[in-house]
Amino acid sequence: MISRKDVEHIAELADIGLAPEEVEEFTHQFNLILDYFEILDQLPAEGGWTRTDTEDLNVMREDLVVPSLPQHEAIMNASAREDGFIKAPRVM
Amino acid sequence: MGDPLNAFITACDLPPLKEGRLSGLRIAVKDNISTAGVPTTCGSRILQGYVPPYDAFVVELLRAEGARIVGKTNMDEFGMGNTTENSGFGPTLNPIDPRRVSGGSSGGSGAAVAAGMADLALGSDTGGSIRCPAAFCGIAGHKPTYGRVSRFGLVAYANSLEQIGPLARSVQEIATLLQVLCRHDPRDSTCRNRPFDLVPTGEIRGVKIGIPEEFFGFGVDPRVAAVVYRAIERLEELGAEVIACSMPSMKYALAAYYTTCMSEASSNLARFDGVRYGLPVDHRPSWHEAFREVRKRGFGSEVKRRVMLGTFALSAGYYGRYYAKAQIARDLVREDFAQLFREVDLIAGPTMPTIAFRLGEKSDPLSSYLADILTVPANLAGIPAISIPCGEVEGMPVGLQLMGRHFQDELVVDAAYAYEQARGCER
Amino acid sequence: MRTVTEERGVIIGLEVHTQLSTASKLFCGCSTDYREDEPNTHVCPVCLGLPGSLPVINRRAVEYALKVAKALNCRVAEECEFARKNYFYPDLPKGFQITMYDRPIGTQGYVDIEGEDGEKRIGITRIHLEEDPGRLVHAGEGDRPKYTLVDYNRSGIPLLEIVTDPDLRSPKEARRFLNALRTTLEYLGVFEGDREGALRVDANISIEGQNRVEIKNISSYKGVEKALTFEITRQRGMMRRGLGIERETRHFMEARGITTSSRSKEVEHDYRYFPEPDLRPLRVRSWLDRIQLPEMPAARRERFMVQYGVSLTHARTLTGELRLAEFYEKVAHVDALLAATWVADTLLGELNYRDQSITALPPERFEALLRMLKSGAITDRGAVEILRRMLDAAARHEPIETPERIMKSLDLGRDNATDLMAMAAEVVSSNASAVSDYRSGKREALNFLVGQMMKRTRGKADPRELRRVLESILTSG
Ligand SMILES: [Zn+2]
Repeated sequence: MISRKDVEHIAELADIGLAPEEVEEFTHQFNLILDYFEILDQLPAEGGWTRTDTEDLNVMREDLVVPSLPQHEAIMNASAREDGFIKAPRVM
Repeated sequence: MGDPLNAFITACDLPPLKEGRLSGLRIAVKDNISTAGVPTTCGSRILQGYVPPYDAFVVELLRAEGARIVGKTNMDEFGMGNTTENSGFGPTLNPIDPRRVSGGSSGGSGAAVAAGMADLALGSDTGGSIRCPAAFCGIAGHKPTYGRVSRFGLVAYANSLEQIGPLARSVQEIATLLQVLCRHDPRDSTCRNRPFDLVPTGEIRGVKIGIPEEFFGFGVDPRVAAVVYRAIERLEELGAEVIACSMPSMKYALAAYYTTCMSEASSNLARFDGVRYGLPVDHRPSWHEAFREVRKRGFGSEVKRRVMLGTFALSAGYYGRYYAKAQIARDLVREDFAQLFREVDLIAGPTMPTIAFRLGEKSDPLSSYLADILTVPANLAGIPAISIPCGEVEGMPVGLQLMGRHFQDELVVDAAYAYEQARGCER
Repeated sequence: MRTVTEERGVIIGLEVHTQLSTASKLFCGCSTDYREDEPNTHVCPVCLGLPGSLPVINRRAVEYALKVAKALNCRVAEECEFARKNYFYPDLPKGFQITMYDRPIGTQGYVDIEGEDGEKRIGITRIHLEEDPGRLVHAGEGDRPKYTLVDYNRSGIPLLEIVTDPDLRSPKEARRFLNALRTTLEYLGVFEGDREGALRVDANISIEGQNRVEIKNISSYKGVEKALTFEITRQRGMMRRGLGIERETRHFMEARGITTSSRSKEVEHDYRYFPEPDLRPLRVRSWLDRIQLPEMPAARRERFMVQYGVSLTHARTLTGELRLAEFYEKVAHVDALLAATWVADTLLGELNYRDQSITALPPERFEALLRMLKSGAITDRGAVEILRRMLDAAARHEPIETPERIMKSLDLGRDNATDLMAMAAEVVSSNASAVSDYRSGKREALNFLVGQMMKRTRGKADPRELRRVLESILTSG
């Protein structure tokens, strides 16, 4: 059973802002969805997705330098720029 | 060009780079495939204004084969949905009945091709996103084997599940497009060098087709089931051998699929912070506040739900119960397919349990998820799957789904071609 | 008196992040040679995290990591795999870092160092590959930055993280471990230690029975010792006042030499690791057989003692840095012992004093200087003066003149040296008995002769110099 508090905690963990009505709505929906996911509890705890077959291993590139983007293209989509840097909110 | 169905997010005109197998054809590209100089939004407000500086590999391939790219098609935000109603830019209407959805998430591509606004289209299929709109709009759509088409330039929703693939009005065109798309790309580590080599023959004699009972359970509309059964009978008349079988892992498939795609999405979508591109971040508050706010404004409800549930499924204390279990289920699905493909060459069933939903019909997320039950197994296993029109219910098209062994897209497409030819002669 | 840091009960473990010296980044073809360049000029869709971009593993980075695994005596698993570490920060363009989690490159290795009580084995818990985040510049006044500026040139540089067992017992040991590690990595040719930011360290430190404190982001070798020393003093102070040590993360303020609490409530980070779906697992253990390790520091040290006859102390110093060892080998042919003294003691001291690297001085110049010393054309003092002139020129990026020219222009030594030689010859001829004592094995007799010369120079000469001049005459004569 997922509570409003749980939903707020997950939103915190996921760093997603929610409107109060979304918290309400999501609490209800998450319970339905996670109830459905309970079918997974029937599975054994061992095993897992086999990610490899022989053809598929060791996919690598050689250590070769290829041209980078020109600076203006690298930063043209940024919301704000300063002296070639990309501007972001303060982190401290 | 008018767009009453809202099939396109951005119209464009990228001319061919040279003549080739696609010369003279207009191609619509799903808006989660990167196009240099043309906005690529993934149907999300959070990417509004983003203009990629590079082309996806498939876009390079299309233009080098003579194709003209005419627009970026509407989609459920980041591919999360099966109706296109989750687009940040409004739903795409079904060309056959505009009161109904076009399917999703590649609904814009499906509608554009069905309505003749484009000759061919690219979609992407994470859990049915090519096959669902193909079925709902009455066209053909193919999800290639995982690793057959480069994902370089496909904005990731669930990397381990998704593939770019073609939508077209005929199977012949699907084959042509696959010949162009299936090319090795060293920039995608999961892409293999397996060119698509087929000129469809329509020969299906002796091909064994398995019909798992589970593909006709799980809320499949009996009228849809009846249409698909008739199509399978038609294949039998053409010389295929039809074998009843079973796929017990189907009961886990949907939960495994959603757990996996949500988990991967929660990580993939973390890059949308409004700093380097997209919806501008507010620089006044501190980082976490600003990040949270951008995501609040930029993501629609379904994206928030999936990112949050995916975060939950990967979080300490729940990883073992959700993400890890989903991978175990995924292996069971793979094993079931492997088992079946020792007995049969193809597996057939309906693409979708119902015909296209009415707009607004799937407002409850879980009921929307349940409609993916027949398409997600192919993504979990990475096998090729096609949807082709096979009849109608209430005047709306019904899709026949054919699945095959890994890297046997050719057989899947050829069988679909056989059916299409036979059906064409009938009508 | 014991200093505080030598008390028992200090437990230190290090997490060392080193930039590998590949030509291109870990997952894209952008050049790693970014230090002198404008921000955001070594970036592409991959290392900017643009939507739709995909990583591809740099083979050389994997080779380098395996080389280190082999040199650090690690176990390498049959299969290793990249994973995503999810956390949100503007220097992380994808919102996650591609790193290795439960399937690293190597585990259970070790490094032998000179510990507080002789040779000591430091366990290596694990080593793994990961991508470096971008670089943040905090804009605005002092403690209250208004916003952040991001340069993604560093984003995607291959990092090798090396985690030690909690085997270190003092800041000095930590420093020695880092020196040993740096030397090893340089010998392997996978690391350039004097590039800015090429090495960053997080240290875990606890005092017996107390909580563990993590010190983040120490960016120099000296900083590690300083930060740990400060932290031990701080923690002991707390304990003396009967206060407990809080489990927390602290930051080292390099300029002030102190650690400060990061003040954030100590939430256990939940990084939500899962396998990176865009990359395939690696099965590269078999590569180990093909990897030929070069001569490592310990082997080179032994060889120096055998081949050149240098002392253990000199051998250790000379092999403690790859380029120093190579420099020595280029000049040793003049006179192995003279060269050892002059490289390990004089030259290294001058370099450290000026914070210069051995690359500042061309070995040919030093070789010429050694020749002049050996022939007696110059005094020790004169040689030091010439050396200083040469290093000063290097520091000013001016051409370095030959030692002969410098000697002439400064009018250093020659007369002086000839005078000394003449004086020594005189002392030798007028003190026959002392000379024969010396030749018959009474080494103390040399002291007497040196004393005679000191008298004549009225104590102005360097006794070491006099001893050498005398010896050269006595052995040749
Ligand atoms: Zn790059």
